[in-house]
Amino acid sequence: MTLIATESLTKTYGGGVTALADLTVAVEPGIIGLVGANGAGKSTLIKILLGLLAPTSGRVRVLGLDPTADSARVRARVGYMPEHDALPPDLSAAELVTHLGQISGLPRTVARERASEALRHVGLYEERYRPVGGYSTGMKQRVKLAQALVHDPDLLLLDEPTNGLDPAGRDAMLALVHRIGTEFGISVLVCSHLLGEVERICDTLVAIDGGRLLRADHISAMTSATDVLAVEVSEGTEELAARLAALDLPVRRDGRLLLVELADDATYDLILGAVAELDLPLHRLDQRRHRVAELFATREPSHA
Amino acid sequence: MPEPTGVIHDIGYQRYTGPRLGRRAVFGALYLHGLRTAFGLGRSAKAKIFPWLVLGIVTLVAAAATAVRSQIGEVVMTYAQFADNMSWLVIFFVAVVAPELVSRDLRSGVLPLYFSRPLPRSDYPLAKLLALATALWLLLGGPQLLMFLGAAFTGGEGMGGVWDELLDLLPGLLYAGLWAVVFASVGLLVASLTGKRAFAAGGIVAVFLMTTPIVGVLSIMPSRAVNELAFLASPSTLVGGVGGWALGDLLGPQAPVPIGGFGPVYAVAAVLLVAGCVALLLLRYRKVAAR
Repeated sequence: MTLIATESLTKTYGGGVTALADLTVAVEPGIIGLVGANGAGKSTLIKILLGLLAPTSGRVRVLGLDPTADSARVRARVGYMPEHDALPPDLSAAELVTHLGQISGLPRTVARERASEALRHVGLYEERYRPVGGYSTGMKQRVKLAQALVHDPDLLLLDEPTNGLDPAGRDAMLALVHRIGTEFGISVLVCSHLLGEVERICDTLVAIDGGRLLRADHISAMTSATDVLAVEVSEGTEELAARLAALDLPVRRDGRLLLVELADDATYDLILGAVAELDLPLHRLDQRRHRVAELFATREPSHA
Repeated sequence: MPEPTGVIHDIGYQRYTGPRLGRRAVFGALYLHGLRTAFGLGRSAKAKIFPWLVLGIVTLVAAAATAVRSQIGEVVMTYAQFADNMSWLVIFFVAVVAPELVSRDLRSGVLPLYFSRPLPRSDYPLAKLLALATALWLLLGGPQLLMFLGAAFTGGEGMGGVWDELLDLLPGLLYAGLWAVVFASVGLLVASLTGKRAFAAGGIVAVFLMTTPIVGVLSIMPSRAVNELAFLASPSTLVGGVGGWALGDLLGPQAPVPIGGFGPVYAVAAVLLVAGCVALLLLRYRKVAAR
């Protein structure tokens, strides 16, 4: 089943601002990272997926339903964690999440049970009976996640869940999101402007920029591109590059480094042999994985 | 603030397969939550002070009126008059509770959490409006019930006396309902315009009180028709006008606001005012929900 599918999705706000332009993408269930700079159209896309905004043109399906026409049914099965502060300070987390569970259609007693379960899953225990106003940013983010989880959705839409968190808090939040996506069996769409964060936990990455799709693919397809060996010698970089090229090895220069595509283990021997023959001081030789960031970076004109 | 250390005990996640309730139940939950909020229930002690203070005062007034009547036999005020006499307290109650119901949600940014749920966007303001109207009606109707109990069972006129009292009470409760609906719709509309509670409270008091001078000016104009229509300009005198027309001498031997033969105009104006406020409120939340 396709989790989310859009077809030529376009959203233009009054005043001529184009938030999404001809976006066509389809993703399977799992953990999906939606990355893009601020203003790339991530939040607009989420609002359209929730049926809060109607697209200007194009089509969209969420869980096989049309969120514009069938918004109530979509929202019953989706949990949403907004980016900004969303918690009334004088309610306790337990009361708030219970109340919002009821608004999602849970009977009162069930809502209360599931609220304390959800808060426990995000790591809030006794503090859930205290007013939210006194919580730290990390705890508030957890409450926001718990309220998205309380009605047992099939899909979570998380808008910048690590916003405002310190590095440890970010790691904990990402671990939690990963756990929800894998152990809880709930699909998650994580929005972020930080590619390095989401690529750690996602199965699928969707990158948008200026409302257009940059790339959407399974993360393994993005990272399984050939690995490279980075070679650094203290001197004679040019000679080594020429020698390696003569050995039919594809070589690229990257500052003081030589990047050589790793075909198999024999590549190591060839490089070491070349270095030894030229009698150069080898500084380092290590294997690098393609980072997803590089895949996107090479598409930007400034790097051309 | 102790930061949770992120230790998560793995007890496993349970999927939910039970019933999911429909629109009516969700509306009911939101309405009840609003009604509780109006009286500060489930809130901090600070939030309870004002609603219960007002409630205490009106109850005290009703108790005093009942006591005077049973001791001296003089009717201090009728049931319907009770609402008129408490109008100041009603205004202040609205000024405190309406912002509590809607401005707070606007400010804290909690609305996206509501509107991302299967809640039709018109249901949110309607549930809040109904909650505020109910709270106001309880505020005015509760003490009337107290007066009724006092009068009916100390009068010593048997079942006939109780019946007569009941016939006086019911229009009084209806009149309280009119107060509640008009004041709730105007107050909630004003409060929904701002997220700052102090501004909202000030705006509500301004709308209810600043319109009184207009009534004053119009009622001394040298035209009888203008004088009699002057009371349309302020919500409290508008309600008084409708009451005087519909209830007659239940509001006392002399009508509180002399409106001549314009009674139906006042009734239509009250309906239009409420309808207009509700329409604007729905429009307001149509915009807020899309943000």
